[in-house]
Amino acid sequence: MSGLALLIPIALFLGLAGLAAFFWAMRDGQFDDMDGAGMRILIEEEEK
Amino acid sequence: MTAHATIDPGEALLRTVLAVPGAHCAGCIAKIEQGLADVPGVVAARLNITSKQLSVTHAPSLTIPGLIETVGRLGFEAQPLSEAAAGGKDSESRKLLRATGVAGFAAMNIMLLSVSVWSGAEGGTRDLFHLLSGLIAIPTVAYSGQPFFRSAWSALKRGRTNMDVPIAIGVLLVTALSLFEALTGGPHAYFDGAVMLLFFLLVGRSLDSVMRDRARDGVSSLIKQQAAGALVIGDDGRSQWLRSEQLLPGMCMKVAVGERIAADGMVEAGASSADLSLLTGESAPQRIGKGDPVHAGTLNLDAPLTVRVTAAAEDSSLAEIARLMGEAGQGRSRYVRIADRAARLYAPAVHTLAALSFVTWLLLGAGWHQSLLIAAAVLIITCPCALGLAVPAAQIVAAGSLMRAGVLVKDGSALERLAEADRALFDKTGTLTLGRPELGNLEAIPENVRPVALALAQASRHPLASALRRSLELRGTESVTLDHITETAGTGVSARYRGMKVALGKIPDLAADSMATALSIEDCAPVVLRFTDRLRPGTAVAIGQLRKLGIESSIATGDRAASVATATKGLGLTAQTSMTPADKLDLIARLQSQGHRVLMVGDGLNDGPALAAGHVSMAPASASDVGQNAADAVFLGDSLLPVAKAIVAARRTMRVVRQNFVIAIGYNVVAVPLAFMGLVTPLVAALAMSGSSIIVVANALRLRNAAR
Repeated sequence: MSGLALLIPIALFLGLAGLAAFFWAMRDGQFDDMDGAGMRILIEEEEK
Repeated sequence: MTAHATIDPGEALLRTVLAVPGAHCAGCIAKIEQGLADVPGVVAARLNITSKQLSVTHAPSLTIPGLIETVGRLGFEAQPLSEAAAGGKDSESRKLLRATGVAGFAAMNIMLLSVSVWSGAEGGTRDLFHLLSGLIAIPTVAYSGQPFFRSAWSALKRGRTNMDVPIAIGVLLVTALSLFEALTGGPHAYFDGAVMLLFFLLVGRSLDSVMRDRARDGVSSLIKQQAAGALVIGDDGRSQWLRSEQLLPGMCMKVAVGERIAADGMVEAGASSADLSLLTGESAPQRIGKGDPVHAGTLNLDAPLTVRVTAAAEDSSLAEIARLMGEAGQGRSRYVRIADRAARLYAPAVHTLAALSFVTWLLLGAGWHQSLLIAAAVLIITCPCALGLAVPAAQIVAAGSLMRAGVLVKDGSALERLAEADRALFDKTGTLTLGRPELGNLEAIPENVRPVALALAQASRHPLASALRRSLELRGTESVTLDHITETAGTGVSARYRGMKVALGKIPDLAADSMATALSIEDCAPVVLRFTDRLRPGTAVAIGQLRKLGIESSIATGDRAASVATATKGLGLTAQTSMTPADKLDLIARLQSQGHRVLMVGDGLNDGPALAAGHVSMAPASASDVGQNAADAVFLGDSLLPVAKAIVAARRTMRVVRQNFVIAIGYNVVAVPLAFMGLVTPLVAALAMSGSSIIVVANALRLRNAAR
C-alpha cells in the first residue's frame, strides 16, 4: 500500500506532463503546418 | 513599390496573409521566406505549406499590392486572402483536439487503475482506485463531454434527437452511477468505459473537423481576390488602394487591363471590352464605352478604364445574387446526415432497451440498485462508439484520397449528398468549357514567324495575347527581342523586328469579332488568328461515365443558344439557354420536386444561387470566389473527369459507411443480450468497445485509394 502512495502520484504527474506538453505544442502552432515541418529540415539556413 | 520602408520601433506592425497556391516544396519555403526577409520593412515571414498561406509581419508602409509584387519577383503568384478566410484560425478543431487530449490522458490513467481492479484488487484498495478514477473521470466528463452535451441539448430543445442524445445520457448516467458505486464501495465502476467512450467519439469528431479545415484552407488559397479592391483617385489627384468594402458611391476607380471591376459603376473615360462570363455566363465579350454602366465582377479586357462608383459593394448587383443564394441555401441546411438519421432509429431503441432491462430486473426482485447498474451497462455497451466513428473515419479517408486526385470536398455531408445525386446540371462557359480563349488555328502562323508572334504576345496582358503565348510556349517556341514595343489600348501591340514593322491586334475586317486577332509582318497579308473557348479535356468521357452511373446530364447556361450549340456539339446533351440566375433556381426546384437529387456543376457568379440550391454542387478551381464558396466540392485542373471520379468515390464511401453500421449493429446484437443478462463487467465493456472501434476504423482505411 505504501508503494501506491508514491506510484500513483508519479503516474498522474507523468500523464499530466504529457497533456501539458500537448497543449503547449498546440498553442505554439506545431500542428498548424504538418507538411511544412517535414520539409523545413531540408532548408539550408543562409549565413547571415 | 515601397520597399524602402524601414522599421520604426514605435510603429504598430501589420500582419498580412497571402495565398501562395504555387508553393509546394522545401525550396519554395526557403526562397519565399528568405527572399522576403531581405526586404526592408518585413519583420517576419512564414509560409504554411499545408494551407499554402504566407503570413507576413511588416511595417504599415508596405502595401498589399507591394508585397504581392515582391513575392511575384521571387517567382510565385500570390493573392490577398479575405479577412474571413484568414481569420478564425483558432477553430472548432482546436477545441476538439484539446478535448480529445484531455479524454486521452484520463482514459489512460483510469485504465491503469482499472486494470489493477480487474486483476484482483479487493477491499480498500479497490475502493481507493475507484475513487481515484472518479476524481479523474468527473472533471474529464465535464470538460471533454461538452461538445456532445451542447449538441444533444440543442437537438432536444428543438424536439429532435441525434447521435449525441444517447451519448450524453449514457455518459452522464454511467458516471453518476459509478460515482455512487465508488462512494458506497460497490464492486463495479464504469468510469473507464465512460471516459474511453468519450475519447473514441472525440477522435471521430476531430477527424471530421480536421477534414473540413483542410478542405477550407485548400479552397481559400484557390480563391482569387482580383476584385478585393481598386485603385481610387482622390480629388487631389492622389491614388490610393482601397478594399472593395471601403469603396463608396462617387469615388473614381482606375481599372487596369486584366483587372476585375470592384464595384458597380459608370464608365467615365476609356473604351474597352468587358468579359461578363462570370456574371451572366455569356462567352462573347461586350464593348463598353463612356457612359455605360458596369457591374462588379466584370473583367476589363482591352484598355484601362476610369469608373465612377455608383453603388457600394453591399448594394451592388452582386448583392442580388447573394440574396438569391441565401434563400437557395436553406434547402440544403435541412439535409439530415446519415449518422443522425441512424440515431433517430437507434436512440429510442437503446433507451427502450435500457428501461426494459431496468424494469425486468426490478420485477425479478433484483433490487433497484442492481437493476440500475444493469441498465447502465446496457446503455454503455450500446452507446454508439463504433457508430460515432463509422461515418467520420470513412469520410476522412475518402476525402484524403479525393484530395490527392484533385477534388477538395468541403465536409462529410457533401460526400453523403454527392453519393445520392441522380441528375447533373452543367453550366457551359467555364465549366464544360475552359472559360478562357484558346488558339484555334496555330498552323496558320508560319514556323519562322512564331518567335516574333511570341515576343509580341508576351508584351501584352490581353487574354487573347496570353492564349497565343500559352499555345506557342507549349510547343517550345523561343521568343526574340523586339524594339520599340508599344501597346495601344483597344488596338494591340506593335513593334519593330530587324527593321520590319510587326503588329498583333485588331484589323478593320475583324472589328466585330471579339474572338479573333491578326498578326501582321511589314506589308505581308495579316494572318488571322481565331480563338475559341474549348471544351475541357475529358468532358465527353466524364459525361459518359456519369451516364453509366445512372446520372443524366444536361446544360443550363446564361449564354445564347447559337454559341452553346457550337461549343458543346458532339456531347449529346440537351441544353437550356439564356437563363438568369433565378431561372436556374426554378429549374433545380422543378427537378427536385420531381424527386431528383440534382448535382449542379458551375463556376460563375450567376451560378452561385444554383450551386447553393442543388442537392450537391461542384465548381472548378477556375471558378469565381462566389462559385467556390457556394460549391460543396472544388476540382483542380482543366479536366472534367474528377466530377465522375468524385461520384464514384462518394458512392464507395457510403458503401463502407453502411458496412460499418452493420458491423457496429452486429456487435450490439451480440453484446446487448449479455448486458441484459447482467454479465457485462467493466472489463467486457472496455474490450467490446475498443474492439468494435478498431474494426470500424480498419474497414474505413480500405477507402485509401477510393479516388483512383
